[in-house]
Amino acid sequence: MFRNQYDTDVTTWSPTGRLFQVEYAMEAVKQGSAAIGLRSRSHVVLACVNKAQSELSSHQRKIFKVDDHIGVAIAGLTADGRVLSRYMRSESINHSFTYESPLPVGRLVVHLADKAQVCTQRSWKRPYGVGLLVGGLDESGAHLYYNCPSGNYFEYQAFAIGSRSQAAKTYLERRFESFGDSSREDLIKDAILAVRETLQGETLKSSLCTVAILGVDEPFHFLDQEAIQKVIDTFEKVPEEEEGEDEAEAGAAQPAEQGGAGAGDVAPMEM
Amino acid sequence: MTFTIQIENGTEVRNAEADSQRTLYPYVTGTSVVAIKYKDGILMASDMGGSYGSTLRYKNVERMKAIGKHSLLGASGEISDFQEILRYLDELTLNDNMWDDGNSLGPKEVHNYLTRVMYNRRNKFNPLWNTLVLGGVKNGEKYLGMVSMIGVSFEDNHVATGFGNHLARPILRDEWREDLSFEEGVKLLEKCMRVLLYRDRSAINKLQIAKMTEEGVTVSEPYSLKTFWEFKAFTNPTVGAEGSWLYDN
Repeated sequence: MFRNQYDTDVTTWSPTGRLFQVEYAMEAVKQGSAAIGLRSRSHVVLACVNKAQSELSSHQRKIFKVDDHIGVAIAGLTADGRVLSRYMRSESINHSFTYESPLPVGRLVVHLADKAQVCTQRSWKRPYGVGLLVGGLDESGAHLYYNCPSGNYFEYQAFAIGSRSQAAKTYLERRFESFGDSSREDLIKDAILAVRETLQGETLKSSLCTVAILGVDEPFHFLDQEAIQKVIDTFEKVPEEEEGEDEAEAGAAQPAEQGGAGAGDVAPMEM
Repeated sequence: MTFTIQIENGTEVRNAEADSQRTLYPYVTGTSVVAIKYKDGILMASDMGGSYGSTLRYKNVERMKAIGKHSLLGASGEISDFQEILRYLDELTLNDNMWDDGNSLGPKEVHNYLTRVMYNRRNKFNPLWNTLVLGGVKNGEKYLGMVSMIGVSFEDNHVATGFGNHLARPILRDEWREDLSFEEGVKLLEKCMRVLLYRDRSAINKLQIAKMTEEGVTVSEPYSLKTFWEFKAFTNPTVGAEGSWLYDN
Protein backbone atom coordinates (compact mmCIF):
# COMPACT_ATOMS: atom_id res chain seq x y z
CA MET A 1 0.00 0.00 0.00
CA PHE A 2 2.44 2.64 1.16
CA ARG A 3 5.85 1.45 -0.09
CA ASN A 4 8.22 4.08 1.16
CA GLN A 5 11.60 4.39 2.83
CA TYR A 6 10.31 4.56 6.40
CA ASP A 7 8.54 1.26 6.54
CA THR A 8 11.41 -1.22 6.92
CA ASP A 9 11.77 -1.18 10.71
CA VAL A 10 9.17 -0.94 13.40
CA THR A 11 11.58 1.33 15.23
CA THR A 12 11.70 3.89 12.41
CA TRP A 13 9.34 6.85 12.56
CA SER A 14 8.09 8.45 9.38
CA PRO A 15 8.40 12.24 9.06
CA THR A 16 4.68 12.51 9.60
CA GLY A 17 4.94 10.71 12.94
CA ARG A 18 3.72 7.25 11.90
CA LEU A 19 5.07 3.76 12.50
CA PHE A 20 4.31 2.07 9.22
CA GLN A 21 5.13 -1.44 10.38
CA VAL A 22 2.47 -1.15 13.06
CA GLU A 23 -0.02 0.07 10.49
CA TYR A 24 0.86 -2.80 8.17
CA ALA A 25 0.23 -5.16 11.08
CA MET A 26 -3.24 -3.67 11.42
CA GLU A 27 -3.74 -4.40 7.72
CA ALA A 28 -3.15 -8.06 8.49
CA VAL A 29 -6.10 -7.93 10.87
CA LYS A 30 -8.30 -6.57 8.11
CA GLN A 31 -7.39 -9.49 5.86
CA GLY A 32 -8.51 -12.16 8.33
CA SER A 33 -12.05 -13.49 8.28
CA ALA A 34 -14.61 -11.60 10.29
CA ALA A 35 -15.09 -11.74 14.04
CA ILE A 36 -17.88 -9.98 15.89
CA GLY A 37 -18.54 -9.22 19.51
CA LEU A 38 -21.43 -7.60 21.33
CA ARG A 39 -22.47 -7.24 24.93
CA SER A 40 -25.37 -6.51 27.18
CA ARG A 41 -25.04 -5.59 30.85
CA SER A 42 -24.77 -9.23 31.83
CA HIS A 43 -23.65 -11.20 28.75
CA VAL A 44 -21.08 -11.09 25.98
CA VAL A 45 -21.51 -12.91 22.65
CA LEU A 46 -18.60 -13.61 20.31
CA ALA A 47 -19.20 -14.84 16.78
CA CYS A 48 -17.01 -15.50 13.79
CA VAL A 49 -17.09 -16.72 10.24
CA ASN A 50 -15.58 -20.15 9.70
CA LYS A 51 -12.98 -19.97 6.98
CA ALA A 52 -11.33 -23.11 5.72
CA GLN A 53 -8.30 -23.42 3.44
CA SER A 54 -10.09 -25.82 1.16
CA GLU A 55 -13.08 -28.10 1.15
CA LEU A 56 -10.84 -30.90 2.39
CA SER A 57 -9.63 -29.15 5.49
CA SER A 58 -11.32 -28.19 8.74
CA HIS A 59 -11.86 -24.54 9.55
CA GLN A 60 -9.53 -22.48 11.70
CA ARG A 61 -10.38 -21.95 15.32
CA LYS A 62 -10.86 -18.25 15.94
CA ILE A 63 -12.63 -18.19 19.29
CA PHE A 64 -10.82 -19.34 22.41
CA LYS A 65 -11.87 -19.82 25.97
CA VAL A 66 -9.48 -18.03 28.27
CA ASP A 67 -11.30 -18.78 31.51
CA ASP A 68 -14.84 -19.45 32.63
CA HIS A 69 -15.48 -15.74 32.57
CA ILE A 70 -13.31 -14.59 29.62
CA GLY A 71 -13.33 -15.51 25.93
CA VAL A 72 -11.49 -14.09 22.94
CA ALA A 73 -12.21 -13.96 19.20
CA ILE A 74 -9.33 -13.22 16.85
CA ALA A 75 -8.84 -11.97 13.31
CA GLY A 76 -5.58 -11.90 11.41
CA LEU A 77 -2.56 -14.16 11.85
CA THR A 78 -4.16 -17.01 13.73
CA ALA A 79 -0.78 -18.29 14.88
CA ASP A 80 -0.15 -15.02 16.70
CA GLY A 81 -3.68 -15.26 18.04
CA ARG A 82 -3.05 -18.71 19.44
CA VAL A 83 0.10 -17.57 21.21
CA LEU A 84 -1.66 -14.58 22.73
CA SER A 85 -4.56 -16.76 23.84
CA ARG A 86 -2.09 -18.99 25.62
CA TYR A 87 -0.63 -15.93 27.33
CA MET A 88 -4.09 -14.82 28.41
CA ARG A 89 -4.91 -18.27 29.78
CA SER A 90 -1.66 -18.27 31.67
CA GLU A 91 -2.27 -14.84 33.22
CA SER A 92 -5.80 -15.80 34.11
CA ILE A 93 -4.89 -19.05 35.76
CA ASN A 94 -1.97 -17.52 37.68
CA HIS A 95 -4.30 -14.90 39.10
CA SER A 96 -6.89 -17.53 40.00
CA PHE A 97 -4.24 -19.58 41.74
CA THR A 98 -2.85 -16.74 43.82
CA TYR A 99 -6.09 -14.99 44.70
CA GLU A 100 -8.68 -17.73 44.17
CA SER A 101 -10.71 -15.17 42.31
CA PRO A 102 -11.32 -14.54 38.61
CA LEU A 103 -9.02 -12.03 36.93
CA PRO A 104 -11.02 -8.91 36.05
CA VAL A 105 -11.11 -8.72 32.25
CA GLY A 106 -10.17 -5.02 32.27
CA ARG A 107 -6.83 -5.85 33.85
CA LEU A 108 -6.12 -8.76 31.49
CA VAL A 109 -6.70 -6.48 28.53
CA VAL A 110 -4.17 -3.97 29.84
CA HIS A 111 -1.55 -6.72 30.28
CA LEU A 112 -2.23 -7.78 26.71
CA ALA A 113 -1.95 -4.25 25.40
CA ASP A 114 1.33 -3.70 27.25
CA LYS A 115 2.66 -6.91 25.73
CA ALA A 116 1.71 -5.73 22.25
CA GLN A 117 3.31 -2.33 22.85
CA VAL A 118 6.66 -3.95 23.60
CA CYS A 119 6.70 -5.33 20.07
CA THR A 120 6.31 -1.85 18.65
CA GLN A 121 9.45 -0.60 20.35
CA ARG A 122 12.08 -3.30 19.81
CA SER A 123 14.07 -3.56 16.64
CA TRP A 124 14.37 -7.34 16.94
CA LYS A 125 10.63 -7.92 17.24
CA ARG A 126 7.62 -7.43 15.04
CA PRO A 127 4.10 -6.41 16.08
CA TYR A 128 1.55 -9.18 16.57
CA GLY A 129 -0.55 -9.45 13.43
CA VAL A 130 -3.81 -10.20 15.13
CA GLY A 131 -6.75 -8.22 16.48
CA LEU A 132 -8.47 -9.59 19.56
CA LEU A 133 -12.03 -9.12 20.67
CA VAL A 134 -11.92 -9.91 24.36
CA GLY A 135 -15.21 -10.47 26.15
CA GLY A 136 -15.35 -11.01 29.87
CA LEU A 137 -16.71 -10.21 33.29
CA ASP A 138 -15.49 -8.19 36.21
CA GLU A 139 -17.10 -6.67 39.29
CA SER A 140 -19.05 -4.15 37.26
CA GLY A 141 -20.58 -6.62 34.81
CA ALA A 142 -19.92 -7.71 31.23
CA HIS A 143 -17.34 -5.98 29.04
CA LEU A 144 -16.09 -6.20 25.46
CA TYR A 145 -12.68 -4.91 24.46
CA TYR A 146 -10.76 -4.72 21.21
CA ASN A 147 -6.97 -5.15 21.36
CA CYS A 148 -4.98 -3.80 18.44
CA PRO A 149 -1.50 -4.78 17.19
CA SER A 150 -0.52 -1.20 18.01
CA GLY A 151 -0.93 -1.84 21.72
CA ASN A 152 -4.10 0.19 21.98
CA TYR A 153 -7.26 -1.18 23.45
CA PHE A 154 -10.78 0.15 23.45
CA GLU A 155 -13.99 -0.84 25.15
CA TYR A 156 -17.00 -1.43 22.96
CA GLN A 157 -20.70 -2.13 23.20
CA ALA A 158 -20.36 -4.02 19.94
CA PHE A 159 -17.61 -4.35 17.35
CA ALA A 160 -16.55 -6.28 14.27
CA ILE A 161 -13.09 -6.88 12.84
CA GLY A 162 -11.67 -8.66 9.81
CA SER A 163 -12.69 -8.74 6.19
CA ARG A 164 -16.07 -7.28 5.26
CA SER A 165 -16.51 -6.25 8.87
CA GLN A 166 -17.76 -2.82 7.81
CA ALA A 167 -21.10 -4.36 6.81
CA ALA A 168 -21.44 -5.91 10.24
CA LYS A 169 -20.40 -2.66 11.92
CA THR A 170 -23.08 -0.77 10.00
CA TYR A 171 -25.65 -3.27 11.21
CA LEU A 172 -24.40 -3.02 14.78
CA GLU A 173 -24.30 0.78 14.70
CA ARG A 174 -28.00 0.80 13.94
CA ARG A 175 -28.84 -1.45 16.87
CA PHE A 176 -26.20 -1.04 19.59
CA GLU A 177 -28.14 1.32 21.81
CA SER A 178 -30.56 -1.44 22.70
CA PHE A 179 -27.91 -4.05 23.44
CA GLY A 180 -27.38 -3.01 27.04
CA ASP A 181 -30.77 -4.31 28.07
CA SER A 182 -31.01 -7.11 25.52
CA SER A 183 -31.99 -10.54 26.63
CA ARG A 184 -29.49 -13.31 26.12
CA GLU A 185 -31.44 -14.71 23.17
CA ASP A 186 -31.73 -11.35 21.41
CA LEU A 187 -28.02 -10.82 21.81
CA ILE A 188 -27.27 -14.14 20.14
CA LYS A 189 -29.66 -13.36 17.33
CA ASP A 190 -28.06 -9.97 16.74
CA ALA A 191 -24.64 -11.58 16.66
CA ILE A 192 -25.68 -14.10 14.03
CA LEU A 193 -27.42 -11.41 11.99
CA ALA A 194 -24.22 -9.37 12.09
CA VAL A 195 -22.28 -12.39 10.85
CA ARG A 196 -24.75 -12.70 8.03
CA GLU A 197 -23.99 -9.13 6.97
CA THR A 198 -20.34 -10.00 6.43
CA LEU A 199 -21.25 -12.93 4.21
CA GLN A 200 -22.87 -10.50 1.76
CA GLY A 201 -25.16 -12.70 -0.18
CA GLU A 202 -23.83 -16.09 0.77
CA THR A 203 -26.46 -18.19 2.46
CA LEU A 204 -26.11 -18.25 6.18
CA LYS A 205 -25.75 -21.76 7.57
CA SER A 206 -24.80 -22.91 11.02
CA SER A 207 -21.70 -24.57 9.58
CA LEU A 208 -20.43 -21.19 8.43
CA CYS A 209 -20.32 -19.55 11.80
CA THR A 210 -19.15 -20.22 15.36
CA VAL A 211 -20.89 -18.53 18.27
CA ALA A 212 -19.81 -18.43 21.90
CA ILE A 213 -21.42 -16.78 24.89
CA LEU A 214 -20.56 -15.96 28.48
CA GLY A 215 -22.52 -14.18 31.17
CA VAL A 216 -22.83 -13.32 34.82
CA ASP A 217 -24.28 -16.73 35.68
CA GLU A 218 -23.09 -18.54 32.63
CA PRO A 219 -19.54 -19.77 32.09
CA PHE A 220 -17.99 -19.36 28.67
CA HIS A 221 -19.14 -22.01 26.23
CA PHE A 222 -19.76 -22.53 22.51
CA LEU A 223 -23.26 -22.86 21.12
CA ASP A 224 -23.70 -26.09 19.23
CA GLN A 225 -24.65 -26.21 15.57
CA GLU A 226 -28.26 -27.11 16.31
CA ALA A 227 -28.81 -24.12 18.55
CA ILE A 228 -27.27 -21.79 15.97
CA GLN A 229 -29.34 -23.26 13.18
CA LYS A 230 -32.50 -22.81 15.26
CA VAL A 231 -31.78 -19.09 15.56
CA ILE A 232 -30.99 -18.85 11.86
CA ASP A 233 -34.29 -20.51 11.09
CA THR A 234 -36.25 -17.85 12.90
CA PHE A 235 -35.23 -15.21 10.38
CA GLU A 236 -33.82 -16.92 7.32
CA LYS A 237 -36.92 -17.68 5.30
CA VAL A 238 -35.71 -16.63 1.85
CA PRO A 239 -32.08 -15.57 1.35
CA GLU A 240 -32.91 -12.02 0.12
CA GLU A 241 -35.09 -11.12 3.11
CA GLU A 242 -33.49 -8.67 5.59
CA GLU A 243 -35.38 -8.43 8.88
CA GLY A 244 -37.19 -11.71 9.34
CA GLU A 245 -38.37 -11.55 12.92
CA ASP A 246 -41.44 -13.80 12.43
CA GLU A 247 -41.97 -17.30 13.74
CA ALA A 248 -40.01 -20.04 12.02
CA GLU A 249 -41.25 -21.22 8.68
CA ALA A 250 -40.31 -24.84 8.33
CA GLY A 251 -36.85 -23.53 7.38
CA ALA A 252 -35.21 -26.61 5.95
CA ALA A 253 -32.04 -26.86 7.96
CA GLN A 254 -29.37 -27.65 5.42
CA PRO A 255 -27.11 -30.55 6.33
CA ALA A 256 -24.02 -29.10 7.98
CA GLU A 257 -21.22 -29.09 5.44
CA GLN A 258 -17.55 -28.93 6.31
CA GLY A 259 -15.76 -25.85 5.09
CA GLY A 260 -18.76 -23.77 4.03
CA ALA A 261 -20.22 -23.51 0.55
CA GLY A 262 -18.55 -21.30 -2.04
CA ALA A 263 -19.97 -17.98 -3.12
CA GLY A 264 -21.44 -19.37 -6.31
CA ASP A 265 -24.38 -20.98 -4.54
CA VAL A 266 -27.73 -20.85 -6.24
CA ALA A 267 -30.38 -19.73 -3.77
CA PRO A 268 -32.09 -22.95 -2.69
CA MET A 269 -35.81 -23.23 -2.16
CA GLU A 270 -36.24 -23.10 1.58
CA MET A 271 -40.00 -23.26 1.89
CA MET B 1 24.01 -12.07 46.43
CA THR B 2 25.04 -14.41 49.21
CA PHE B 3 28.62 -15.50 49.32
CA THR B 4 28.98 -18.57 51.46
CA ILE B 5 32.04 -19.19 53.61
CA GLN B 6 32.69 -22.79 54.25
CA ILE B 7 33.85 -23.45 57.79
CA GLU B 8 35.44 -26.77 58.47
CA ASN B 9 34.41 -27.94 61.89
CA GLY B 10 35.98 -31.31 62.40
CA THR B 11 34.31 -33.49 59.83
CA GLU B 12 31.42 -31.03 59.28
CA VAL B 13 31.42 -28.36 56.65
CA ARG B 14 28.84 -25.65 57.29
CA ASN B 15 27.81 -22.63 55.27
CA ALA B 16 27.91 -19.98 57.96
CA GLU B 17 26.23 -17.22 56.03
CA ALA B 18 23.54 -19.40 54.55
CA ASP B 19 22.18 -20.23 58.01
CA SER B 20 21.95 -16.62 59.09
CA GLN B 21 19.63 -15.97 56.17
CA ARG B 22 16.86 -18.23 57.41
CA THR B 23 14.37 -17.87 60.22
CA LEU B 24 15.20 -20.42 62.89
CA TYR B 25 13.21 -19.25 65.91
CA PRO B 26 11.05 -16.29 66.84
CA TYR B 27 12.27 -13.49 69.13
CA VAL B 28 9.50 -11.00 69.89
CA THR B 29 6.16 -12.73 69.80
CA GLY B 30 2.49 -11.92 70.18
CA THR B 31 0.11 -14.39 71.71
CA SER B 32 -3.44 -15.42 70.74
CA VAL B 33 -5.83 -13.69 68.37
CA VAL B 34 -9.51 -14.65 68.54
CA ALA B 35 -12.05 -13.75 65.87
CA ILE B 36 -15.72 -14.48 65.16
CA LYS B 37 -18.29 -13.73 62.49
CA TYR B 38 -21.30 -11.88 63.81
CA LYS B 39 -24.47 -10.41 62.37
CA ASP B 40 -22.93 -7.38 60.65
CA GLY B 41 -19.44 -8.66 59.96
CA ILE B 42 -16.33 -9.72 61.86
CA LEU B 43 -15.12 -9.13 65.41
CA MET B 44 -11.49 -9.74 66.28
CA ALA B 45 -9.70 -9.43 69.64
CA SER B 46 -6.06 -9.51 70.60
CA ASP B 47 -3.96 -8.17 73.43
CA MET B 48 -1.20 -5.66 72.99
CA GLY B 49 1.67 -7.67 74.31
CA GLY B 50 5.01 -8.42 72.65
CA SER B 51 6.94 -11.04 74.63
CA TYR B 52 10.69 -11.44 74.45
CA GLY B 53 10.93 -15.07 75.44
CA SER B 54 9.40 -15.24 78.91
CA THR B 55 9.68 -11.48 79.49
CA LEU B 56 6.55 -9.44 78.81
CA ARG B 57 8.67 -6.75 77.23
CA TYR B 58 6.46 -4.65 74.94
CA LYS B 59 3.02 -3.56 76.03
CA ASN B 60 1.81 -1.40 73.17
CA VAL B 61 1.95 -3.66 70.14
CA GLU B 62 -1.01 -3.38 67.75
CA ARG B 63 -1.46 -6.85 66.37
CA MET B 64 -4.50 -6.11 64.22
CA LYS B 65 -4.45 -3.92 61.13
CA ALA B 66 -6.91 -2.94 58.40
CA ILE B 67 -5.98 -4.06 54.88
CA GLY B 68 -7.51 -2.18 51.96
CA LYS B 69 -11.20 -1.37 52.25
CA HIS B 70 -12.52 -4.80 53.01
CA SER B 71 -10.17 -6.73 55.25
CA LEU B 72 -8.74 -6.98 58.76
CA LEU B 73 -5.54 -8.86 59.55
CA GLY B 74 -4.59 -10.12 63.00
CA ALA B 75 -1.31 -11.90 63.75
CA SER B 76 0.32 -13.89 66.47
CA GLY B 77 3.94 -15.00 66.47
CA GLU B 78 7.02 -13.04 65.44
CA ILE B 79 6.20 -9.32 65.39
CA SER B 80 8.89 -8.38 62.87
CA ASP B 81 7.52 -10.96 60.41
CA PHE B 82 4.07 -9.45 60.91
CA GLN B 83 5.50 -6.06 59.99
CA GLU B 84 7.08 -7.61 56.90
CA ILE B 85 3.71 -9.07 55.91
CA LEU B 86 2.12 -5.66 56.34
CA ARG B 87 4.68 -4.27 53.91
CA TYR B 88 3.84 -6.95 51.33
CA LEU B 89 0.15 -6.21 51.73
CA ASP B 90 0.81 -2.48 51.48
CA GLU B 91 2.42 -3.04 48.11
CA LEU B 92 -0.41 -5.32 47.07
CA THR B 93 -3.16 -2.86 48.00
CA LEU B 94 -1.23 0.02 46.47
CA ASN B 95 -1.00 -1.75 43.12
CA ASP B 96 -4.63 -2.71 43.36
CA ASN B 97 -5.64 0.90 43.97
CA MET B 98 -3.45 2.13 41.13
CA TRP B 99 -5.57 0.18 38.66
CA ASP B 100 -8.40 2.54 39.65
CA ASP B 101 -10.89 0.42 37.77
CA GLY B 102 -13.71 -0.36 40.14
CA ASN B 103 -12.31 -3.74 41.06
CA SER B 104 -10.85 -4.20 44.51
CA LEU B 105 -9.18 -6.96 46.52
CA GLY B 106 -11.60 -8.64 48.87
CA PRO B 107 -10.79 -10.66 52.00
CA LYS B 108 -10.84 -13.92 50.04
CA GLU B 109 -8.19 -12.66 47.65
CA VAL B 110 -6.00 -11.34 50.47
CA HIS B 111 -6.35 -14.59 52.38
CA ASN B 112 -5.31 -16.64 49.38
CA TYR B 113 -2.40 -14.35 48.61
CA LEU B 114 -1.17 -14.75 52.17
CA THR B 115 -1.58 -18.52 51.98
CA ARG B 116 0.61 -18.60 48.89
CA VAL B 117 3.25 -16.39 50.53
CA MET B 118 3.34 -18.42 53.76
CA TYR B 119 3.46 -21.74 51.99
CA ASN B 120 6.21 -20.68 49.61
CA ARG B 121 8.34 -19.37 52.48
CA ARG B 122 7.81 -22.65 54.32
CA ASN B 123 8.98 -24.57 51.26
CA LYS B 124 12.21 -22.59 51.28
CA PHE B 125 12.72 -23.44 54.97
CA ASN B 126 12.52 -19.75 55.74
CA PRO B 127 9.06 -19.25 57.23
CA LEU B 128 7.34 -16.12 58.37
CA TRP B 129 6.78 -17.17 61.95
CA ASN B 130 3.17 -16.11 62.27
CA THR B 131 -0.32 -17.43 62.46
CA LEU B 132 -2.55 -14.97 60.68
CA VAL B 133 -6.25 -14.32 61.00
CA LEU B 134 -7.87 -12.65 58.02
CA GLY B 135 -11.43 -11.37 58.26
CA GLY B 136 -13.52 -9.08 56.13
CA VAL B 137 -16.80 -8.15 54.53
CA LYS B 138 -17.32 -7.45 50.85
CA ASN B 139 -20.62 -6.98 49.06
CA GLY B 140 -22.45 -8.22 52.12
CA GLU B 141 -20.49 -11.44 52.29
CA LYS B 142 -18.61 -12.12 55.52
CA TYR B 143 -15.28 -13.93 55.35
CA LEU B 144 -13.08 -15.26 58.14
CA GLY B 145 -10.00 -17.38 57.61
CA MET B 146 -6.66 -18.36 59.06
CA VAL B 147 -3.18 -19.11 57.71
CA SER B 148 -0.44 -20.76 59.73
CA MET B 149 3.31 -20.43 59.32
CA ILE B 150 3.47 -23.68 57.39
CA GLY B 151 0.79 -22.59 54.97
CA VAL B 152 -2.18 -24.46 56.42
CA SER B 153 -5.19 -22.35 55.57
CA PHE B 154 -8.91 -22.61 56.11
CA GLU B 155 -12.08 -20.63 56.71
CA ASP B 156 -14.50 -20.90 59.56
CA ASN B 157 -17.14 -19.03 61.56
CA HIS B 158 -14.72 -18.56 64.44
CA VAL B 159 -10.95 -18.88 64.54
CA ALA B 160 -8.19 -18.45 67.09
CA THR B 161 -4.43 -18.74 67.14
CA GLY B 162 -2.00 -20.31 69.57
CA PHE B 163 -3.45 -20.82 73.03
CA GLY B 164 -6.72 -19.47 71.77
CA ASN B 165 -7.20 -22.71 69.87
CA HIS B 166 -7.20 -24.66 73.11
CA LEU B 167 -8.90 -22.22 75.47
CA ALA B 168 -11.15 -20.01 73.35
CA ARG B 169 -12.46 -22.24 70.60
CA PRO B 170 -14.23 -24.71 72.91
CA ILE B 171 -16.15 -21.76 74.35
CA LEU B 172 -16.94 -20.54 70.84
CA ARG B 173 -18.03 -23.95 69.69
CA ASP B 174 -20.62 -23.98 72.45
CA GLU B 175 -21.75 -20.39 72.39
CA TRP B 176 -21.28 -19.00 68.87
CA ARG B 177 -24.41 -18.29 66.84
CA GLU B 178 -24.96 -16.98 63.34
CA ASP B 179 -26.92 -13.90 64.44
CA LEU B 180 -24.88 -12.51 67.31
CA SER B 181 -25.39 -8.81 67.83
CA PHE B 182 -22.39 -6.54 68.30
CA GLU B 183 -22.80 -6.44 72.10
CA GLU B 184 -23.22 -10.21 72.34
CA GLY B 185 -20.17 -10.73 70.13
CA VAL B 186 -18.02 -8.45 72.25
CA LYS B 187 -19.16 -10.19 75.43
CA LEU B 188 -18.30 -13.57 73.92
CA LEU B 189 -14.86 -12.40 72.87
CA GLU B 190 -14.22 -10.85 76.27
CA LYS B 191 -15.14 -14.14 77.88
CA CYS B 192 -12.54 -15.88 75.72
CA MET B 193 -9.91 -13.23 76.35
CA ARG B 194 -10.50 -13.40 80.10
CA VAL B 195 -9.83 -17.15 80.14
CA LEU B 196 -6.70 -16.54 78.09
CA LEU B 197 -5.62 -13.81 80.49
CA TYR B 198 -5.94 -16.15 83.46
CA ARG B 199 -4.30 -19.11 81.85
CA ASP B 200 -1.84 -17.93 79.13
CA ARG B 201 1.37 -16.67 80.67
CA SER B 202 2.17 -14.49 77.65
CA ALA B 203 -1.14 -12.64 77.80
CA ILE B 204 -1.34 -9.12 79.24
CA ASN B 205 -4.38 -7.27 80.48
CA LYS B 206 -4.54 -4.69 77.73
CA LEU B 207 -6.61 -5.65 74.76
CA GLN B 208 -8.22 -4.23 71.65
CA ILE B 209 -11.30 -5.38 69.84
CA ALA B 210 -11.65 -4.65 66.13
CA LYS B 211 -14.90 -4.53 64.21
CA MET B 212 -15.16 -5.03 60.45
CA THR B 213 -18.41 -4.34 58.65
CA GLU B 214 -19.44 -3.26 55.17
CA GLU B 215 -18.83 0.35 56.29
CA GLY B 216 -15.22 -0.29 57.27
CA VAL B 217 -12.88 -1.12 60.12
CA THR B 218 -12.85 0.29 63.64
CA VAL B 219 -10.22 -0.74 66.16
CA SER B 220 -11.16 0.06 69.73
CA GLU B 221 -8.97 1.95 72.15
CA PRO B 222 -6.99 -0.38 74.41
CA TYR B 223 -8.76 -1.38 77.60
CA SER B 224 -8.50 -3.90 80.43
CA LEU B 225 -10.70 -6.73 81.62
CA LYS B 226 -11.86 -7.08 85.19
CA THR B 227 -10.29 -10.05 86.90
CA PHE B 228 -10.92 -11.75 90.20
CA TRP B 229 -8.19 -13.50 92.07
CA GLU B 230 -9.90 -14.09 95.45
CA PHE B 231 -11.18 -17.56 94.69
CA LYS B 232 -10.75 -19.73 97.75
CA ALA B 233 -8.91 -22.28 95.69
CA PHE B 234 -6.21 -19.72 94.91
CA THR B 235 -5.40 -19.07 98.58
CA ASN B 236 -4.35 -22.64 99.16
CA PRO B 237 -3.97 -24.15 95.73
CA THR B 238 -2.82 -27.62 96.70
CA VAL B 239 -5.74 -28.48 98.96
CA GLY B 240 -7.23 -31.73 97.75
CA ALA B 241 -4.84 -31.97 94.81
CA GLU B 242 -3.79 -35.35 93.51
CA GLY B 243 -0.99 -36.74 95.67
CA SER B 244 -1.16 -33.93 98.25
CA TRP B 245 -1.45 -34.57 102.02
CA LEU B 246 -3.60 -31.47 102.47
CA TYR B 247 -7.31 -31.99 102.65
CA ASP B 248 -10.15 -29.57 103.22
CA ASN B 249 -12.34 -31.54 105.60
